[in-house]
Amino acid sequence: MKNEQYKIPPGSNELSSAMPDERGYFGQYGGKFVSETLMAAISELETEYRRLKNNPEFIAQIERDLKDYVGRESPLYYAERLTKHVGGAKILLKREDLVHTGAHKINNCIGQALLAKHMGKPRVIAETGAGQHGVASATVAARFGLECCVYMGTEDIARQSLNVYRMKLLGATVVPVDSGTKTLKDALSEAMRDWVANVDSTYYIIGTVAGPHPYPMLVRDFQAVIGNETKRQCQAQYGQLPDALVACVGGGSNAMGIFYPFIDDTSVRLIGVEPAGHGMETGKHAAPLSVGSVGVLQGNRTYLMQDEDGLILDTHSVSAGLDYPGVGPEHSWLKDIKRAEYVTIDDEEALGAFRQLNLLEGILPALESAHAVAYAMKLAAQMKPDEILVINLSGRGDKDIPTMAGIDGISLS
Amino acid sequence: MNRFEERFSTLQVSGKKALVVYIVAGDPASETTVRLMHEMVSQGADIIELGVPFTDPEAEGPVIQLGHERALRARTTLTDTLAMARAFRQQDKKTPIALMGYINPIEAMGYDVFVDKALESGIDGTIIVNLPPEEGEILGSAMIEKGLSPIYLLSPTTLNERAKLICKQSRGFIYYVSLKGTTGASNLNYTEVAERVAKFKAMTDTPILVGFGIKDAESAGKISKMADGAVVGSAIVQLIEQNESEPEVILKEVGSLVASIREGMDSAQ
Ligand SMILES: Cc1ncc(COP(=O)(O)O)c(C=O)c1O
Repeated sequence: MKNEQYKIPPGSNELSSAMPDERGYFGQYGGKFVSETLMAAISELETEYRRLKNNPEFIAQIERDLKDYVGRESPLYYAERLTKHVGGAKILLKREDLVHTGAHKINNCIGQALLAKHMGKPRVIAETGAGQHGVASATVAARFGLECCVYMGTEDIARQSLNVYRMKLLGATVVPVDSGTKTLKDALSEAMRDWVANVDSTYYIIGTVAGPHPYPMLVRDFQAVIGNETKRQCQAQYGQLPDALVACVGGGSNAMGIFYPFIDDTSVRLIGVEPAGHGMETGKHAAPLSVGSVGVLQGNRTYLMQDEDGLILDTHSVSAGLDYPGVGPEHSWLKDIKRAEYVTIDDEEALGAFRQLNLLEGILPALESAHAVAYAMKLAAQMKPDEILVINLSGRGDKDIPTMAGIDGISLS
Repeated sequence: MNRFEERFSTLQVSGKKALVVYIVAGDPASETTVRLMHEMVSQGADIIELGVPFTDPEAEGPVIQLGHERALRARTTLTDTLAMARAFRQQDKKTPIALMGYINPIEAMGYDVFVDKALESGIDGTIIVNLPPEEGEILGSAMIEKGLSPIYLLSPTTLNERAKLICKQSRGFIYYVSLKGTTGASNLNYTEVAERVAKFKAMTDTPILVGFGIKDAESAGKISKMADGAVVGSAIVQLIEQNESEPEVILKEVGSLVASIREGMDSAQ
């Protein structure tokens, strides 16, 4: 109701993949809500990106690294035992867990690190929650000879200690962030502060489809390789498009990556899974698309977890990578125009799916991705055997073993 | 004339530059805030920037971040901030107040409701850190229509064409962020500030005030020679932090800092 009072500038609500508009808007979402000092930097980035994105040499460089360094394409794997167990649609897994560093985050980092190189920036910074984006950033920094500094909330440092050490091995500096809720959003604010102070020398690699324009657009473009491959592979293997795509949503990059090439294929259902944490009724979750309201945080207008005074609420998810009160603006738009559906899975359900994928397929999913698996199992059961459901298995769960062991009461040291 | 115009014209007559002080509303408690506003004015402050507490103050350095956290611990909202301004206005009809903060609490209230309430509470303008003019048109024109001043920021990275747009859209004054960094940084380069401010002044008649990195009589004195005024924030908020549980000490310490800065600025003229 309140949203109507905002008098938000009108944007196009047409169904189209040709988004965002000139001002960086997806319908009424997105924009450039940053301090004046950063305005020049984000417009320089936009200009450079628009100049390079159709440059054959730049494209070839990215493709070469995605193939030989990242290990793409990633398989589209028929999860036969899981499919039998569920008894419904054919379940396929898009195996982003198999790419270098163990999650989709690297797809985006390769693209942005090359942008940084082209822009002559010797230093990159990143925020991280689960540590996967931090690891991917530190990795490409090593690969391209850039200095790297990663901001991480102290609460996440405690629950993702393996990744913290891994970033250090990669030569990155990990800066603990102890302000606010000590998680992903606070790491992002701290990275913005670093960027303001070092804007001449530094490129900020945002890890998801959030932040100010042009980030939601360029991160999506770099992640779209997931959906493009899926489309090609599904056609080649089954002679048809999938009927449903299921992906977890933190900031929304793995979901946008697989959804984007299918936006105009309206027969394909697009389903994003948000974390219900301790349960939607407890309020301890991180599901802004499901129950949030529109506001502005960290560079863009989008759905947020906030109270009636516009203060951002504390979030909870067992998975650090989904523990974020906002979401990429393109998802907010896809929700409003009803092109994508957003659902929730709580901690318990995600942990259950985590165990089942281990037992039924011999695959250890990231806790983030386990949210997608849990919902896909419910959905596939209601679909027909000749239908195809693809889960974006965004990452592997090695990083989550200490957390799981803790839950199981097992000491690893 | 609005309160900004009146204040700047009085200052001009007396040959003085504007001293702008910043505190976070409700830091450490709302009663202290209102008393502190009066105390700062009586020690020579010309304009008050009242910070609206926000959970994610992404442009602030560590000192002001903690100020926001203390204010939020006291559960201070935008509505409470407006109530403090209203309480202050009962005695002080002249000192302009600019709200300083982030756009989300204002979006949550709704632009039209906010504009009405701000007017009612004796607010004169807003400085919204994450609302560049490109995003601020709708709120800005709603404010201007009711006589409120949207104040925009200029920075060391602002290019000339943009600077012209910002100067054109700003009312009350224009806030030049003196350095690349967050509030409380101290890498001020006076020569560069002087050059930039001179260039901006050629674009507009609206007063240009300089903030970030100004912390004492000396730095404020230097800045007041090159601009229409100086903004002091972190140095004040630091004193609040150091004396959090003793409001009387806060009033005394902040009062004497403001008095010494006033003197530094006046003697530099
Ligand atoms: C494996 C994995 N999946 C998903 C996410 C969530 O991010 P996004 O929603 O941007 O894909 C993360 C973030 O850390 C992750 O590590």
